[in-house]
Amino acid sequence: MTDWNLFFDGWIIAIAATCAVACTLPGCFLVLRRMSLMGDAISHAVLPGIAVGFLLSGSRSNGIMFAGAIIAGFFTAFFSQWLRRFGRVDEGAAMGVVFTTLFALGLLLIVQGADSVDLDPSCVLYGALELAPLDLVTLPFTGGLRVPRAFMMLMIVLLVNLVILISLFKTFRIAAFDPSQAAAQRMRPDLAHHLLMAMTAITTVAAFEAVGSIIVVAMIVVPAVIARLFVHRLGSMLLVAAMVGVAAAAAGHYTAVELPHLVGYGSVPTSGMIAVIGGLMLLASIMVNPRQGVIPRFLRRWRFRMQTTREDLLALAWRLEERGTAPTATILSQDLMSARRVSRLETRWSLRRLVDAGAFESQGETLRLSDSGRRDARDLVRSHRLWEAWLTRTIGLAPDHVHDTAMRLEHVTDEAMRERLASETGAPEEDPHGRSIPD
Amino acid sequence: MSIRTSQPSLGSEHSPDSPLSIHAMTVAYERRPVLWDIDLDITPGSLVGVIGPNGAGKSTLIKAALDLVPKLSGEVQVFGRPYREQRQHVAYVPQRESVDWDFPVTVLDVVCMGLYHTLGLFRPVNRRIRDRGMQALTQVGLSDFANRQIAQLSGGQQQRTFLARALVQDAALHLMDEPFAGVDAATEQTIVSLLRDLQSRGRTTVVIHHDLQTASEYFDHVLLLNTRVVAFGPTKEVFTPENLEATYGGKLTLLDQASQALAGHAQGVGR
Repeated sequence: MTDWNLFFDGWIIAIAATCAVACTLPGCFLVLRRMSLMGDAISHAVLPGIAVGFLLSGSRSNGIMFAGAIIAGFFTAFFSQWLRRFGRVDEGAAMGVVFTTLFALGLLLIVQGADSVDLDPSCVLYGALELAPLDLVTLPFTGGLRVPRAFMMLMIVLLVNLVILISLFKTFRIAAFDPSQAAAQRMRPDLAHHLLMAMTAITTVAAFEAVGSIIVVAMIVVPAVIARLFVHRLGSMLLVAAMVGVAAAAAGHYTAVELPHLVGYGSVPTSGMIAVIGGLMLLASIMVNPRQGVIPRFLRRWRFRMQTTREDLLALAWRLEERGTAPTATILSQDLMSARRVSRLETRWSLRRLVDAGAFESQGETLRLSDSGRRDARDLVRSHRLWEAWLTRTIGLAPDHVHDTAMRLEHVTDEAMRERLASETGAPEEDPHGRSIPD
Repeated sequence: MSIRTSQPSLGSEHSPDSPLSIHAMTVAYERRPVLWDIDLDITPGSLVGVIGPNGAGKSTLIKAALDLVPKLSGEVQVFGRPYREQRQHVAYVPQRESVDWDFPVTVLDVVCMGLYHTLGLFRPVNRRIRDRGMQALTQVGLSDFANRQIAQLSGGQQQRTFLARALVQDAALHLMDEPFAGVDAATEQTIVSLLRDLQSRGRTTVVIHHDLQTASEYFDHVLLLNTRVVAFGPTKEVFTPENLEATYGGKLTLLDQASQALAGHAQGVGR
């Protein structure tokens, strides 16, 4: 267990969470407009702006550097749009070209001009979140309340983003969903677009110094993608994305401090860990989300398979009784295992569930079908034999080729379908193999 | 460079009461003309089918009229005035594929978008807007789906959502880009009766259509288009084999006609 410091760790989480929420707001719209890479592009491309600002002013953390970064950010957004429109380059490629060029230019400028000073390129990528609580400023109008400068900056950016999005919510919605409709209605989709680029640039620049661009890139894309998996409306998407951002910030910092100790290392940078946690949360969301999640889909298939096994056992028992043989657990499982690939365990377990559900009554070795079990079994056999009749008569398949298909179809056939099958085959008494069709 | 004046010197050809009057309009993509010298006066209250082969400029005609793509030259007037002054009288139904149907909005949200222009820039969607949206959804038979996400709709239901968004605008002129593409038979009937209903209320509708089989049944006017206007007028007079031949560049053999009809059916049945 590490020593937790309420002041330090509290502020680190607060700064990271504020940054995450500020990023998710433009992030949701960037993801919906398929421009997720814009955050990545801008956060790298601001480097020459920072470098020039630094060279002009000769110091870190001041207005000129910030202004240089924002200008570079706008330039990235503007120039990649320009390349896309006039150079006919695809959106992703345009952003890629612009930001790698600008990032490289920034690195050259820093190495060349800022050799003697403390501007470290890696700082731009990873930030110095752990040191942010040391740099305090006094909030105006609060009677001397002192908060970290990074927190104040990010909170201002967060509030600006929030005010813009709330006041122009419907413009942003229609511009992201259907820009041509927005234009036809004079809803100014261009205004929404430019504001979105501006929000992305300002948020990215405000965040890079304190927390590093790695968080910005992650928090612009990941919470939005997670939220989109779970909700149906834009407002809820923004809300869920913000909550995911906060959760990733808190969990990321906790993990960064605690996890390495468990395996005997010192703590790792929080900003990197937040991005990793974000990625893991996305992976988990893809597994569990109720609509297209991997696990729910697997469960649905598994349930269907188990139902199929139980129904096959019922139908087998009915056929045995039809031939005058008393069904036993051994005969049933052997019959089923010879019919299709199914494990002994699954068969035994399914039989037990059928007995528990009252479909079978066990009398010593014998498993007799109960009244309800016999009804279900008869429906299945009727479906099966009607399908065989239909497949041979209507489709013209050979009678020895229809059993397997009918065996699959019988599990998804309801009463209405049986009626139709019967009427389309002329309500036959016997299936193609000469066995009587129960009714 | 286009010069926009409210009283064009050469605009005497514009019929002042025409719902949509296009004069000498040319549109090009990368120097290749897509529409060439288009002149049109849509008759008030008519139901016009726009017909032509792929790449004939059908969608571009509507988009250029709505200022969604730039024109090289030409003018568009809506009820005798430039379109930019008359937007509130025009409702546009884009192609269904033009938007992302996984977008997190509900059916009602989409319909309400038709009324955003009636709200101020900062005003949120209110009850009045939602009530009118529900009315339009009832008209297209989708009121039970109001709170579904649009991804959960079938193709035909998505098309009806777009129609409801146009209906809610209560416009005098409707421009629809392939509303019959990829819809089921029930939706096709719904759309046809909606078009008839609009016409009975004196509204004018221009519909891009791909199915030659149904064109003469659905529309009282047809515009045969292939970069230029090949023929335009009442369906009985204009929808002739000779004009179709000219529209499809002489390539419309019996086989083409049959496959055109088949393609229409395949799209109608598909999905």
